[in-house]
Amino acid sequence: MADREERRFAEVPRESVKLVAESAGVELGDDVAALLAEDVCYRLREATQSSSQFMRHAKRRKLTVEDFNRALRWSNVEAICGYGAQDVLPFRSIKEGELFFVEDRDINLVELALATNIPKGCAETMVRVNVSYLDGKGNLEPQGTVPSAVQTLSDDLLKYYQQITRAILGEDPHLMKVALLDLQSNSKMAALLPYFVYVISGVKSVSHDLEQLNRLLHMVKSLIQNPYLYLGSYVRSLVSSVMYCILEPLAASINPLNDHWTLRDYAALLLSHIFWTHGDLVSGLYHQILLSLQKVLSDPVRPLCSHYGAVVGLHALGWKAVERVLYPHLPAYWANLQAVLDDYSVSNAQVKADGHKVYGAILVAVERLLKMKALSLSRPAEGARGPGAGRQDPGPPPGHRVSSPGLSPPPEPLSEAALGIASHLQAGGAGCPWEAWRPVPLPAMYGELYSFFGDSLAVRFSTGPGAEGAGAGGAGGVSPPRALPQLGMAAKDPPPGPAHPDTARKMPQLTANLSLSPRRDGSPRATGPAPPSLAATGLSRPLARSSSSSSSSSSSSAQRSRASASRAGQRGAGPSRDVFPKARFTAPPAGGGAPTFAFLIGGRQMGRRCQGRRPFLTAFAPAAPAPPSLTSSSSSSSSSAIATAPPPPAPPLPSLPPRTYAHKLPVIGRVSKPVHRGALSHYSLHLPL
Amino acid sequence: MAAVQSGQIDTEEEKEIKSETSNDGSRNNSSNDGRPLSVSPGTTSSGGSVKSSSGTTEEQQTLLAVLQFLKKNNLSESVEILRREAGLSEESEDQKGSESSATGSGAGNKDMGGGDASSLLSRVSIASSPVTAVAAQAPSKVGAGDDRPDVNVVLSAYSQQGDPALYDVYYSGLKKFIESVLDCHRAELSQVFYPLFVHMYLELVYNNHESESKAFFEKFSGDQECYYGDDLRILSSLSKKEHMRGNETLLDFRTSKFVLRISRDSYQLLKRHLQERQNNQIWNIIQEHLYIDIFDGMPRSKSQIDAMSGSLAGEAKRDSNKAKVFYGLLKEPEIEVPLDDEDEEVENEEGKPKKKKPKKDSLGSKSKKQDPNAPQQNRIPLPELKDSDKLDKIMNLKEATKRVRLGRDTLPSICFYSFLNAYQGLTAVDFTDDSSLIAGGYADSTVRVWSVTPKKLRRVKSAADLSLIDKESDDVLERIMDEKTASESKILHGHSGPVYGISFSPDRNYLLSCSEDGTVRLWSLQTFTCLVGYKGHNYPVWDTQFSPYGYYFISGGHDRVARLWATDHYQPLRMFAGHLADITCTRFHPNSNYVATGSSDRTIRLWDVLTGNCVRILTGHKGPIHALAFSPNGKFMASGATDGRVLLWDIGHGIMIGDLKGHTDAIYALKFSRDGEILASGSMDNTVRLWDAFKAFDELETDDFTATTGHIHLPENSQELLLGTYMTKSTPVIHLHFTRRNLLLAAGAYNP
Repeated sequence: MADREERRFAEVPRESVKLVAESAGVELGDDVAALLAEDVCYRLREATQSSSQFMRHAKRRKLTVEDFNRALRWSNVEAICGYGAQDVLPFRSIKEGELFFVEDRDINLVELALATNIPKGCAETMVRVNVSYLDGKGNLEPQGTVPSAVQTLSDDLLKYYQQITRAILGEDPHLMKVALLDLQSNSKMAALLPYFVYVISGVKSVSHDLEQLNRLLHMVKSLIQNPYLYLGSYVRSLVSSVMYCILEPLAASINPLNDHWTLRDYAALLLSHIFWTHGDLVSGLYHQILLSLQKVLSDPVRPLCSHYGAVVGLHALGWKAVERVLYPHLPAYWANLQAVLDDYSVSNAQVKADGHKVYGAILVAVERLLKMKALSLSRPAEGARGPGAGRQDPGPPPGHRVSSPGLSPPPEPLSEAALGIASHLQAGGAGCPWEAWRPVPLPAMYGELYSFFGDSLAVRFSTGPGAEGAGAGGAGGVSPPRALPQLGMAAKDPPPGPAHPDTARKMPQLTANLSLSPRRDGSPRATGPAPPSLAATGLSRPLARSSSSSSSSSSSSAQRSRASASRAGQRGAGPSRDVFPKARFTAPPAGGGAPTFAFLIGGRQMGRRCQGRRPFLTAFAPAAPAPPSLTSSSSSSSSSAIATAPPPPAPPLPSLPPRTYAHKLPVIGRVSKPVHRGALSHYSLHLPL
Repeated sequence: MAAVQSGQIDTEEEKEIKSETSNDGSRNNSSNDGRPLSVSPGTTSSGGSVKSSSGTTEEQQTLLAVLQFLKKNNLSESVEILRREAGLSEESEDQKGSESSATGSGAGNKDMGGGDASSLLSRVSIASSPVTAVAAQAPSKVGAGDDRPDVNVVLSAYSQQGDPALYDVYYSGLKKFIESVLDCHRAELSQVFYPLFVHMYLELVYNNHESESKAFFEKFSGDQECYYGDDLRILSSLSKKEHMRGNETLLDFRTSKFVLRISRDSYQLLKRHLQERQNNQIWNIIQEHLYIDIFDGMPRSKSQIDAMSGSLAGEAKRDSNKAKVFYGLLKEPEIEVPLDDEDEEVENEEGKPKKKKPKKDSLGSKSKKQDPNAPQQNRIPLPELKDSDKLDKIMNLKEATKRVRLGRDTLPSICFYSFLNAYQGLTAVDFTDDSSLIAGGYADSTVRVWSVTPKKLRRVKSAADLSLIDKESDDVLERIMDEKTASESKILHGHSGPVYGISFSPDRNYLLSCSEDGTVRLWSLQTFTCLVGYKGHNYPVWDTQFSPYGYYFISGGHDRVARLWATDHYQPLRMFAGHLADITCTRFHPNSNYVATGSSDRTIRLWDVLTGNCVRILTGHKGPIHALAFSPNGKFMASGATDGRVLLWDIGHGIMIGDLKGHTDAIYALKFSRDGEILASGSMDNTVRLWDAFKAFDELETDDFTATTGHIHLPENSQELLLGTYMTKSTPVIHLHFTRRNLLLAAGAYNP
């Protein structure tokens, strides 16, 4: 045993023993711990020795958890449950404690026991014989190859596979719908899963064809929603296909007429859906995906559409992802974006339009972040103290229920998934290699974001409670994010006392509001009103903003209060309305018009998500006459899409005269051409948004 | 594993077991007090070793001690039983024998022919009264051995000690001396190193010289032979006195003397050296813990020594392999020729003329002449042939005539049975002798049986349906089967742990399976239900096998005891105790009079079924033995171990005659061709290798010198014997089988 020196036994350090003892409520001395540690090592070695014979007799080379448990059981030690899975269990580390642990999630046994969606179609154990060697020499097949039919597909299954793929990728939309529906509910196609996954991975070869990409993504959705399928490791392949659609500068996006934005939105939605519904499978991927999104976002060479993808991707992964990745990156990224947006040259028009898309996406993401953060802060505060500084809490409980940003996820796994991802994020945050990250308090965050987005942000944030607050106090519009006063926005009066209880009381409303917002917020990025505001204030650095904030904020607050009366009913209106005043061109006459318009677009966004936005484009070309029909369709789709949230804005909408939209429409167009060519509104309508 | 218990629990357990045994005794009063033996592996082994080595007076003494112990614990019933069992006369034995035959049939009344079987058994018990007496020693030792203080006594042998600092000096002094002696003695004396090292280390550990023991280990563990690596690893993890309690490997070292074979000259040399140096420390160890088997004559060479060493307790003593073994085959029963002829005529019509007559004659004549080495036909009672058995024999003979004669130049064709999608983990495979069925044991505790032929597996109809059948009709056997249940495979549920071994009965009516749950189960292949669960091993049972004549079967497991059972008795007929570690595989000799067991103590033992004695101890493997195979003529045996080597043994002389190197991983399957000319070995390294057994056995001339001294001369190059290496499709080979026509079937589970 000459090599004994290098083959030392693994040893359990004294500290671990102490830690375990502490967790059991016992304080151990050093020498006791050392003795125990040694004994533990010995017992472990002994158990390992005896477990190896179970391995040998099972004629395996790999020692399994099962073997070890048998050894434990036979030596009258309780077996350790819960580690029977074939997959490796990733150890997570906590930096401070030098601790490693395995994530241990609660499992609802009732659900498990009553589950009907047990995957079927596992191939049966069978014996197959083949003549390997004739007379000891003839080698019928090359030596050492893998058996041919490890899992045979029946003819029926093959036929099914052909039919389905043909239908989905074929021309007939009706057939496709049927095929997708079946894919979503068929319980007997588990064996085909690898084949479908392979087909889906073909996204990379059809990046020029939006239609095909879309169909493939729908296929992903169907597979994900099929309750009988256990995706297992294939989920990774699916995720990578989806990520491709989100992030890559697809060939299709070269032509501005192609609506690849919708595709990216849809893909992001799918991504979030995967995470909500299959959180257990992909939790290991979460960190990786965040990193790749971050990489794209921080790469200035990438086209804006990739950036857009990264932002919507982050948005889809939840507000914590936004907080972790997008928010810290914003200052750096803002400079680039602004450069694009500030360039009014004709040649830049296309790029700038893209830039507005990105801007809008960021705004949506950031707003949701603020709202969620406020919400998560207020919840604990509610219980502990009423008007206290609840926002100073370092962080919300990780398991805080966060409503899904995208499709409404299936009801039961939601909370669990949320817990899993959020806790993962926390764990990953501690051990992650990125720059040290610490949660930014809400006020500071709001302040910084406000410096970027100006009032559009503020108003949105305050919408819910602001409606009443505005009535009560002078500066009530800003009350809910109690952040503002502390921000150093000296011009603003601190909100009156009553505002606090008000906030607390209003929070539930905010929630309802919130699940709407991501969608509705889609609008500003389309309208892209930012550059004017920036131009007006003339600042690019976040902090510089505070100096000039007094003027702009006072003006905005004035406007807000002015608008508040009319806005009371239609909250969503706020943002774009606030943007417009700062536009280079004359501010709209206030009131009704602008907000409604914003909402309209929001509605459209929603509809877009569900159906694609072609109707919008075609409808819009003739400018004036189109909107009415649009309005109704979009509003209906919005309400159907958000089944969970009460749609407060819906009622006022239809009452608005279509003319208002027509009147306001040029504003969108102003983003590019009209700026230079004068206010020829209908030109702008041809812009591919 | 069993030994990690605190003393407190232990005594309680012991009480329980004791009371259990007494209940047992009072209930069936059976001749076979096997049950108590299963108390604890460590102690039983101690019992076994004592049994085999001690004289009668010692037995008497231990018996007395046990009786006293039992009395002290108010176990009067046990005392009576024991007394009656051990000391006493033939008539009491007789009485018990008949009793047991009466009571024993309760467990499994199967169709072995009720009255017939019980009479068989009574013959067994009467004939073997000395065995039962011997077996009774074992429980007695358990009483003593299970006593915690007794283990302490065992350990306290280490309490005498010298200066811990001097151990180093002693050992290196001896080392220096041995290195300086003549070459011819050096190899022999070097054998002393390992046991000496172990015991010195343990002494240091026992006396709490932790740092010294560690230093001692560091310094000298590198000198030991590499094949002791596994044991050294266990030893090195021992660093405290507390660890020594309950460590099985340690108990093995303590309870059995390490056996060395040294020539007289070398021994004298060593003795003189130690006496000159006044090296009492080492001398004490040699006296106490080593058994030196001195022989006269030339010292052995290094390679000779290496070939034989490697087992947990050194080599086998020479006299342990002296007993006569009747390795010849039993005479085949005469089978009426007319039936055969009729069939033959049919065959002739089909166009397979001639050839057959002479062959059959030769076969017939072979079976007629009595092999001088064969045991008496009725040495152990065997079940009588049923009509169906005779039919099968005829089939066998007919197939045999079409058998391919294998040899160096005509190698067998190989078919591989791959178990696909065996997520559950395939742990054991068996074929029926006629290759019509294949069964797999799985880690998920199921047994699955497949029909290899187009004939599907069918279940017998239910009792209600059976009553409707016309019993007089010619095809009644066909009618009792339920067509609705026909399927290619059947799953047998019943075990509660991985199934580690399975075996078909020769008549294909039954299937045996043994499992981690400590039971052996007998399944009917007519109804596909479990008939009997044989409980006796209280620990995992690693292997089981039917006797070639059916009725009996052998099982062996973690409790280090092999048990011989009859299918219609729920208690074992014999218990074979003596191995120092788990029994990993069990095989019947073709004449059913002997069983071979391989163990993870790296020895093979051959046991006489009639007497229960261990008649051969074969050492030489360097790893746990997982495969055994007897040659069809019963003269030779092959064994395969995790070290990847196949060893060949001459049973009559009890010596190693071949060492086949080639496999790179553990060997799990060995099989001789039907004529015994080819040996096939299957391994975890995904290969099947074929070896020229004919050559290996043919060139053998065993002179008397070798036979008496046990010195072996192995052929230098085993590669000449290797006829071919055949890769599987990345599938470990866990079973091999030659069909009656010498087609080689291999089986394993494909695991991607």
